[in-house]
Formats: sequence, structure tokens, C-alpha cells
Amino acid sequence: MNAATPLVALERVGLSFGNGAPVLQEVSLSVAKGEFLALIGASGCGKSTLLRVMAGLQQPTSGRVARPQASDNIGIVFQDATLMPWASAFDNVALPLRLRHTPRAALHDRVMTALAQVGLADRAAARPHELSGGMKMRVALARALVVEPSLLLLDEPFAALDEITRLRLSDDLSSLQAKLGMAVVFVTHAVSESVALADRVLVMARAPGRIMAQFTVDAPHPRHQDFRQAAAFLTMVAEVSASLRQTLHAGDDL
Amino acid sequence: MTASLRYRLLPLLSVLVLLALWQGLVMGLALRPFVLPAPSLIVHTLLHDRALLDAAALVTLRTTLQALGLAAFGGLGLALLFAQSPGIGRALFPIAVILQVTPIIAIAPLLLIYLSTHAAVLLAAFLVAFFPLLAACVQGLGAVDPGLADLFALSGASRWQELRLLRLPTMLPWFLGGLRVAGGLALIGAIVAELAAGASGAGSGLATVIVESGFQLNIPRMYAALVIISAMGIGLFAITTWLARWLLRHRPEGRQQSWA
Repeated sequence: MNAATPLVALERVGLSFGNGAPVLQEVSLSVAKGEFLALIGASGCGKSTLLRVMAGLQQPTSGRVARPQASDNIGIVFQDATLMPWASAFDNVALPLRLRHTPRAALHDRVMTALAQVGLADRAAARPHELSGGMKMRVALARALVVEPSLLLLDEPFAALDEITRLRLSDDLSSLQAKLGMAVVFVTHAVSESVALADRVLVMARAPGRIMAQFTVDAPHPRHQDFRQAAAFLTMVAEVSASLRQTLHAGDDL
Repeated sequence: MTASLRYRLLPLLSVLVLLALWQGLVMGLALRPFVLPAPSLIVHTLLHDRALLDAAALVTLRTTLQALGLAAFGGLGLALLFAQSPGIGRALFPIAVILQVTPIIAIAPLLLIYLSTHAAVLLAAFLVAFFPLLAACVQGLGAVDPGLADLFALSGASRWQELRLLRLPTMLPWFLGGLRVAGGLALIGAIVAELAAGASGAGSGLATVIVESGFQLNIPRMYAALVIISAMGIGLFAITTWLARWLLRHRPEGRQQSWA
């Protein structure tokens, strides 16, 4: 980790919508190169909005955001796979490259590499409606990886999946991150998922959204299923859960 | 005969039964042709008056297709304009609604005063077909997945890329649904305007044939013209349905495009 030159740095970022109600208040955080950061909080705490601010899709109303340079690509995965239903898995993954006018010759290899990374090289021609929920999510992940991002933003990517698929995908994500070395910001409302994957867990409170606590998970990557049985893991889950419960009490009625 | 073939032939069978009942009724009660012509006489009229009916059918068909084509381009074009500039949408939408809610039968006589018969009929058919296509395109262009829109923004997509790769493909099923509705409506609009034109002795389409045959109490020919209009409506519906199926064949909704 190189804390001296963070990939993303937010300084006292605030954001309010038209009606004046603050969504984010005084949020300061930084993401180092190659770091895996989890943002956890109850629904409506502004964690997705925070992710959009990091991606540059939303401008904050106050504070400063230092974002990756143009040469550093950002990959993003949403809660739903958000694939183009009319396009094959290949064409869906190829989309960010086509939008960036990548030459045709390089495009094919990069798309196939990304599909192979998520284990779907043999389903390149499949349309989204022919794929399972987990496979669609893998295509969405491949679409984010194909730009070779230095920052990967994940907005509750596994929330709509069943438990087994979720565990398998989070294993694969851990391996991919260890192999490719990009920084990951992972938004979730599942405590065990955040601890299992992240180097750092930030706990957010809602109304207004702000960062309440920070935990460091000191374990090597990639982490697999057995890490979820380790004593250190269980202790950390208990601590993060307690902190999350406090944010609920500190906040208003929920 | 397999069960599935029998199932497919069921609609055809019901039409044949209806025709047989009709034929039997006319023959059994010895009804005169000017009261109710038998199906056999209608078929005979279709063949006997072929030259006249073909010419009239061609006029109506050409007007209908021209109107549908203009409505498709116009509806799509205006919807794109609305999408680019909400202000224009706000300004023009009331006019589109006024034209839509005012019955075409009430507008047609005015159009016939100001325009040539062909132009008036074409405009009437266009006005009826235009609105559903405009509404469908506006809805379709607005149905873009916000996540995909974010992805396009994140990739630095140009407006043209967003239109071509995201908005137009998203809109396609809506457009095709609108086209299916507009096909039938264009025919209705053309027929209505032709009726109004025929009442004043002008025009040359199928509805004009109906009006003139009515004056002459040539009931079989009225039925013959009616049969052709029906066939045209069915044909338009079948073609637009087939087009939707074919263009959407790779999408889940493509297989849901039913004939019924």
C-alpha cells in the first residue's frame, strides 16, 4: 500500500439534493493503489451515492474530490447486472472498449481475456436472457475488468444472488483482485462479506450519510472460504456488527 | 393430423364454419342479394369486378403505406427532437394531443376543402397513425436503464454513441409495438377520409367504391370492397408482427410477440 499517493481522495465531501436534505456530510476518505475497501451501512445511508461521487458520475455540493487520472480507468458494477438485453455476452463486455474506440484487433483478445477471467469464455455468444443471475453478474464484472481498471467500484454486486453463488463470486473476486492488483471499493450491507473481502471496512451512518468507524482487516489475499471460519474473522465480524448497530441507534428511527 | 396442426388450423376452421352458416342462411331463406349476398356471390363479385376493385385497392394500400411510413419517420424524428430538448417537447406535445383526440372524421371534410383528394386522405391517415408512434418512441427513448446510462457516461461516450448504441436499441420494441398499432390506424384513417371524399363524389379508393356502390344499391360489391379492406388490415398486422418477431428474435420479448 502506498498511502502517500492515494488513487482517490475525498476531502470533507458533502452532497445535498434539491430539497436541501443532506445525503452525505463531511465524508473524508482515501483509497490507496491496490487497496480493497468496503463501505458498509444500512440502506439509504448514501453509500451508493458516495460510490457515484468517486466515479465522477455525481458532483458533490461541497468538499474536494481527487480522482484517478484519465489514464487510470474506472470499472463499475451495479447491484443489477445492467446488461444490454439485445447484445451477446461478448458485445456487452466489449462495450466500454468500443465506446473508447479501441481498435478491432485488440478488442477481441481483451474481451476474451476478461470473459476467461470470470470463467465465461465459452458463453461469449450467449444473450443475457440465456444466462443465470450469477453468470450475468460475471459478465458485468468482466465488462468492468475489460478496461483494465486501476479502480473497481462495486455497488452491492452480489445482493440479488443466492447464498452459494454469492460465496463463489466473492471468492473469485478476491482471487482476481489479488492477481490483477487494482483497488476495489465495495459497497455492501453484509458484514461478513465486507470483512471477508476488504483490507479496510468503513462503517457509515445514515441521515446524513457519514463515516462513523473504520476497521482494518489484517489478513493476506486472496482469501477463501476457510478464512470465514478463522477466529480473527469471527471477532472482526462481531466488532463491525456492533459498530453498525451503534450507527442505527445514533441515527433516527429506522 | 397431429394435435399441434389441428390446433393451428382451429382459427381457419371457425371462419369456414361461419362462412358455411352464412351461405346456408342465404340459400335456406332465399334472401335476395341486395338484402344479404351469399359468400359465393361476394367471391364472384371479387373476381368479376376485379379490374375496378384492384385499382381502388391499390390507391388505398398506397395511401396507407405512405401514411404509415411518414408517421414512422415523423414519430421517431419528433421523439428524438423531444429527447434532445425537453422544451420543444413541452411546446409541441399539446398540439400532438389535440390532433389525436379530435376525431379524424370531423377533420377530414376540412382537409378535403384545403387539399387535393389524395393529399387530404394521406394527411388524415398520417394524423391517425402518427400519435401512437410518437408516444411509443418517446416512451422507448426514456426507458433507458440508468445503470447503462451511467456506464456510457463513465466511458466518455458521445451523444451519438449513446443514441446509436443505447437509446435506439432500447426503443426498438416500443417502436415496433407502435408500428403494429399504427398500421391498422393508418388504414382506418385512409378509409375514413375516403368515405368523406366519396360522399362528395371525389376519390378513388376502396371506401369510395363502397359509397358509390351504396348509391347504386350494389350490395355485393360493397361486401367485396369490405373483404379487401379486411384482408389489408390483416396483412398489415401480420407483416408488422412478423417484422417485430424477426427484429427482436434475439431478445426475450421477441419470442413473446404473439399473433393474437
